[in-house]
Amino acid sequence: MSVQFKINGKPVTAQAETDTPLLWVIRDELGLTGTKFGCGAALCGACTVHVNGQPARSCQTPLSAVAGKSVATVEGLAKTANHPLQVAWLKHEVPQCGYCQSGQLMSAAALLARNNNPSDADIDAAMSGNLCRCGTYNRVRAAIKDAGAMMRNKA
Amino acid sequence: MNHQQTVANTSRRAFLKTSTAATGGLIMGVSLPLLGAGAAQAAGTVHTPNAWVHIADDNRITLMVARSEMGQGVYTSMSMLIAEELNVGLKQVQVVAAPPAAVYVNALLGAQITGGSTSVRDGWDKLRVAGAQVRQMLLQAAANQWGVDVASLKADQGMVTGPSGRKASYGQLAEAAAKLPVPEKPALKDPKDFVLVGKRTKRIDTPAKVNGTAEFGIDVKLPGMVYASLAQCPVIGGKVLSFDAAQAKSLPGVIDVVQIPDGVAVVAASWWQAKKARDTLTIQWDEGAGAQLSSEGMINSTRAAAASAKPIEIAKPQGDVAAALKGAAKVVEAEYVQPLQAHVPLEPMNFTAHVTGDTILLVGPTQFQQGAQGAVAAALGVKPEAITLKTTYLGGGFGRRLELDFIVQAAQISKAVNKPVKLVWTREDDFTHDFYRPVAVNQLKAGLDASGKPVAMHFKVASQSVTQRAFGLPANTLDPFMAEASVPGYNIPNTQHDLVIHDAGLRVGYWRAVSHNMNAFANESFIDELALAAGQDPYRYRLSLLEGKPRFANVLKLAAEKAGWGRPLAKGRARGIALMEGYDTYMAQVAEVSLNDAGEVHVHRVTVAVDPGHMVNPDTVEAQIQSSIVFGMGAALKHQITLEAGRVQQTNYNTFQPVRMFEAPKVDIVLVQSQEKPGGIGEPATAVVGPAIANAVAALTGKRIRRLPITAEALKQA
Repeated sequence: MSVQFKINGKPVTAQAETDTPLLWVIRDELGLTGTKFGCGAALCGACTVHVNGQPARSCQTPLSAVAGKSVATVEGLAKTANHPLQVAWLKHEVPQCGYCQSGQLMSAAALLARNNNPSDADIDAAMSGNLCRCGTYNRVRAAIKDAGAMMRNKA
Repeated sequence: MNHQQTVANTSRRAFLKTSTAATGGLIMGVSLPLLGAGAAQAAGTVHTPNAWVHIADDNRITLMVARSEMGQGVYTSMSMLIAEELNVGLKQVQVVAAPPAAVYVNALLGAQITGGSTSVRDGWDKLRVAGAQVRQMLLQAAANQWGVDVASLKADQGMVTGPSGRKASYGQLAEAAAKLPVPEKPALKDPKDFVLVGKRTKRIDTPAKVNGTAEFGIDVKLPGMVYASLAQCPVIGGKVLSFDAAQAKSLPGVIDVVQIPDGVAVVAASWWQAKKARDTLTIQWDEGAGAQLSSEGMINSTRAAAASAKPIEIAKPQGDVAAALKGAAKVVEAEYVQPLQAHVPLEPMNFTAHVTGDTILLVGPTQFQQGAQGAVAAALGVKPEAITLKTTYLGGGFGRRLELDFIVQAAQISKAVNKPVKLVWTREDDFTHDFYRPVAVNQLKAGLDASGKPVAMHFKVASQSVTQRAFGLPANTLDPFMAEASVPGYNIPNTQHDLVIHDAGLRVGYWRAVSHNMNAFANESFIDELALAAGQDPYRYRLSLLEGKPRFANVLKLAAEKAGWGRPLAKGRARGIALMEGYDTYMAQVAEVSLNDAGEVHVHRVTVAVDPGHMVNPDTVEAQIQSSIVFGMGAALKHQITLEAGRVQQTNYNTFQPVRMFEAPKVDIVLVQSQEKPGGIGEPATAVVGPAIANAVAALTGKRIRRLPITAEALKQA
């Protein structure tokens, strides 16, 4: 059994058993370790990726569910790591330990893709599934607003 | 009792002296193998004027950082201290995690440990000296080569320049410099001349943390590596009686199933295969004595010990407490209780080990390099020197990664299967096999005079000693990590401070801010209760007791002013204040709270005034305060660990809920520009936010919650 899908725009064929969570396929088979394992139960958001543009917890997404679909990880957020969110993250010095940050970025990217001028309530709603044990929330919030402004100015 | 006891005796002795701050002399001129210094290795010949600085011929400069980066910004702050005196910019240097070595010992803790908010305090002099030594050696090498007076030369941005425009890069001078004697007391800059230290500085690790390339322990990959998942007894301390692995062995990818002292490990070609197979194991456990434990029982036994055990003196008693209490116009007593807490950093416990014959490679996230080396050496019967340890980024530490259990397990599994193994725990493993923050019962009694002023204070804390377990602290000895923040800054003429050490039966660990959490919660809740009993404003009451304590009084005033203390608030809101010195840092916080429709406490805003002495990177100081507030808020309002029949009841982030985005308060910070010696900043705010919130809740509701967490349920029942 193998499953074909696209990751960060590139077609891949994964060989893992089809019930394997996408997270472990991405990390261990495809070698993209930016996506993290935090809880294994969709409670922390560290494993957030995009499946066909929608944020998904890859620890709860079986490989079989992404057959023929497009998966994006933090490594694919921008070719030279210059997505407005990444620029804003650097500007606001958001990460501390950094472990949750890929998931934070992917949730935030999905939010800004549909709403580049999010209110605090929008941010709360989109980001409260992403735990940060270091408590970087205020900087995450500020950076999302900043990135949204960058996107609006470009548009 | 525990493998950590194998840490060198010298370390232990030094460790136990901790509370006294001392900056050890440097063992300089030590040349070390360039462990993991990929960039520098590639740069051709590398010279090591001292243990901290490596300079390649092509002028690539590598700084060794001997503290683990777990979010607190040490790769940057430690480098800033060296670079300041070496006269290089951070963009010119690479940073490498130092291997375990005597030269890298933390003088405040007696071992190569990252913890206790000590990195800057330990490194402040030592790392600047290290940078200045190399600068001076480079200058001397140039003076020798050019036959000029060293005083006529300048070292700046990686170049030495001299009269008539002569120039040489650090790299060109490094070989000659490294052969010179290391100056013991190089001249250090006057802090007013600092160009890096004290300035907001971009962190070295941020780019890798926003593009997914930062390597955490869980990301390590060695050639031929296999993966392990370990089943441990649901009751901590239990042992395997027997197990059936027939089904597990039949599953795809499974390579082996091996028993180690802590449980049964499934080793497979992928982690998910290992985990799936592990879930099919049938294991008979001898659960041991731990199966009798309940968290309520632990609190009760701790309270009983507080009543019956002979206490240890925390500080020399002042005056005559008994007499002063007898003569007091009013006596106030209160008991405060802290439950168990788990660390649960977001990166689950993991380590990668490769045991081959007599040599061992360990790679992963640890706060305690020499402990890891010593523990694995003892467990596998090899010499510590046979072990190479590489430290990755830590996906959070908070004290959990001071422990060595998962490192030893990885090594034991690798030895058993004769392959490089990455052991990764599940989140459930982490919740149920932590070294928990101990239960604490604080009992306080004060006497007030007719004006409401406290004339006597008797403080007693009963809790469990982490230091006894982890470092073999002898019984009946003061554990300084249980007594932090027990003696507050207030002027009270008659005082007595007692410690009761009680083993409540569960393994315990250092948890961010350690005993500051319990003792500051008790002291700062209690002083609020005294203010109330005296009919006085809690801020002014505190201030009236701080004569001759300028650093305390200053941060208290600054926080109150910034928070608008005394000014009207929106309906349904109230403020609470708290004050503490910890890790040589002085801090006051004001929390502004309300209750939501569910009766839960919502924290709108926390105002912080802090005097941490000299700061290295003020942006990081703020980040650590923001971080600690979120961390401490969780323990104050939301989560705890409970035990039934020896089993931890919380197994994931649904039943133990850390603070999330929608709950994070606005944090306003006032930084005091101070020339005092640097204090620690990674932890203290954690311990101050709890009492500030509890005091705000009391002001809002009239209900004094003395046992954390302050949940809607606790408020309903109060």
